[in-house]
Amino acid sequence: MTTTTPAPADLATPSAETLAAVLTRQDRPARPGALAASFTFGWRAMLKIKHVPEQLFDVTAFPIIMTLMFTYLFGGALAGSTRDYLQFLLPGIMVTSVVMITMYTGVGLNTDIEKGVFDRFRSLPVWRPAALVGMIFGDVLRYILAATTIMLVGLILGFRPGGGFPGVLAGVGLLVVFSFAFSWIWTMFGLFLRSEKSVMGVSMLVLFPLTFLSNVFVDPGTMPGWLQAFVKVNPITHLVAAVRSVMAGTTDMGEVMWVLAASAVLIAIFGPLTMRLYNRK
Amino acid sequence: MSAPAIETSGLVKTFGDNRAVDGVDLTVPQGTVYGLLGPNGAGKTTVVRMLATLLRPDGGAARVFGHDVVREADAVRSRVSLTGQYASVDEDLTGTENLVLLARLLGHDRRAARARAAQLLEAFGLTEAAGRQVKKYSGGMRRRIDIAASILNTPDLLFLDEPTTGLDPRSRNQVWDIVRAVVANGTTVLLTTQYLDEADRLAARIAVIDHGRVIAEGTPGSLKSSIGAGTVHVRLRDADRRPEAERLLGEALDAPVQLESDPVALTVRVDGAGSEQGAAQQAAQALAGLAAAGIVVDDFSLGQPSLDEVFLALTGPTPALAGSTQDGFSGGAA
Repeated sequence: MTTTTPAPADLATPSAETLAAVLTRQDRPARPGALAASFTFGWRAMLKIKHVPEQLFDVTAFPIIMTLMFTYLFGGALAGSTRDYLQFLLPGIMVTSVVMITMYTGVGLNTDIEKGVFDRFRSLPVWRPAALVGMIFGDVLRYILAATTIMLVGLILGFRPGGGFPGVLAGVGLLVVFSFAFSWIWTMFGLFLRSEKSVMGVSMLVLFPLTFLSNVFVDPGTMPGWLQAFVKVNPITHLVAAVRSVMAGTTDMGEVMWVLAASAVLIAIFGPLTMRLYNRK
Repeated sequence: MSAPAIETSGLVKTFGDNRAVDGVDLTVPQGTVYGLLGPNGAGKTTVVRMLATLLRPDGGAARVFGHDVVREADAVRSRVSLTGQYASVDEDLTGTENLVLLARLLGHDRRAARARAAQLLEAFGLTEAAGRQVKKYSGGMRRRIDIAASILNTPDLLFLDEPTTGLDPRSRNQVWDIVRAVVANGTTVLLTTQYLDEADRLAARIAVIDHGRVIAEGTPGSLKSSIGAGTVHVRLRDADRRPEAERLLGEALDAPVQLESDPVALTVRVDGAGSEQGAAQQAAQALAGLAAAGIVVDDFSLGQPSLDEVFLALTGPTPALAGSTQDGFSGGAA
């Protein structure tokens, strides 16, 4: 499909008759609905993956490295054996990796604006949030891919979830819902900050403490009190607790509800803020 | 009577201290090309972005086909299309994918979108490049796919923001042909450009804009005759004879002579309109005067006034283009 030979298409001149033919006024079709427009933008995200498959590196190689690194780095010291540690770590490292890659939503949006595609989208008579929602739909696909990769690596290394396949599926589903909501923070920063680099910088600044100062790697019981206080309110802690419980087959409904409520709150706050910036840009 | 395609009154947009658009009044009739002419940073793109509902004006009002661009933005969006520096297509996608994507967003079903994309690519001579990523297109092909993307649904009003900047002459001619075809079909075009030549060839009326203000408005003919029909450029063989040549040319053409930084060059504006003789005849006589005085002329040309000269004439001796490489000069400087 992708031919790269630089053919001399430049020499072809449009003729007056063919131009006149394409310019004849046809009836305009009815504008697409909100969901249809969002899916069309999601299709765009998939086309971009097709043309630049290297961009999947961060949702495949990065999670594999994370899983291997932390399992073998901490496993023996913290749980006596890497296999035992893996049972504790895997849901957490999955959350960490996927939440980390949500920042590319903001980076991608910022690049799009810089390259000038968004003015065209914004001048179309479609449901306004569609371009952003579609973009995040595309990202959701990346989240699922990353989660699947980690789960496969985990299973190979010896992770045995008590909740079985349904538990794993529910855990990944919960993670994807939260990540979808969380992405709206980055769309806001993507619109707000001037360069791709600054979006990266801010994302890292937020994501590193958020993912590491949590219950992902160790039991918070040994941490100093002030840190425990932070860990307790950290949404990542709740998300990890919920995903762990679901995958282990011992669903903690309280944590699951907490995560769903937090997702709703994130969208309710950052969705409108993003749209406000998008309309004003 | 139908409403004008564009009608603005006292349109203002400020970015911090910079009044990028400072009270612009425009009336663009339907079915014509209207040129917005001005240097970089004059405020042309800002005007277009406000009219295309992408920027909210800070003052004044703008209506497109009678619809307010702020309160009835959606009605405006359904009738206009925008092509410009900041409204391009997705470089990572192929030509076909870009057009299909936009056609789908305009409500065409999959089959109709594919058909329309193929038809436009064919008409714009891009069929061969249809499956190639747009980032691999040449400048001219890139501009054609941008315009094709803007006429997926034939718009009633098309904004073309500097459509030929940076193109070679051949590609520029192709874009001009497309613009003429679009207008012949009944679409109104608002064209921004830095080139007087381009506005002259395409536009029925021109507004000259500088520092966010309209400083002149009219047909290309009236604009040019208001500042003189043309410019005589003379290059002497001997730099020492320049003062004498300056005096002779000034007397013969009854106009101030400009000494160029090149020590053998002189420039004079010729006012053809005010005289019973044409500009070329006047210039010929002036040259004959130089020859009679024994001053050797190596090179001579009679040209249309350049945009620089239009600006010099309209804004006075202040070099209006001096700050044009910077984006943010203040509106009150002139």
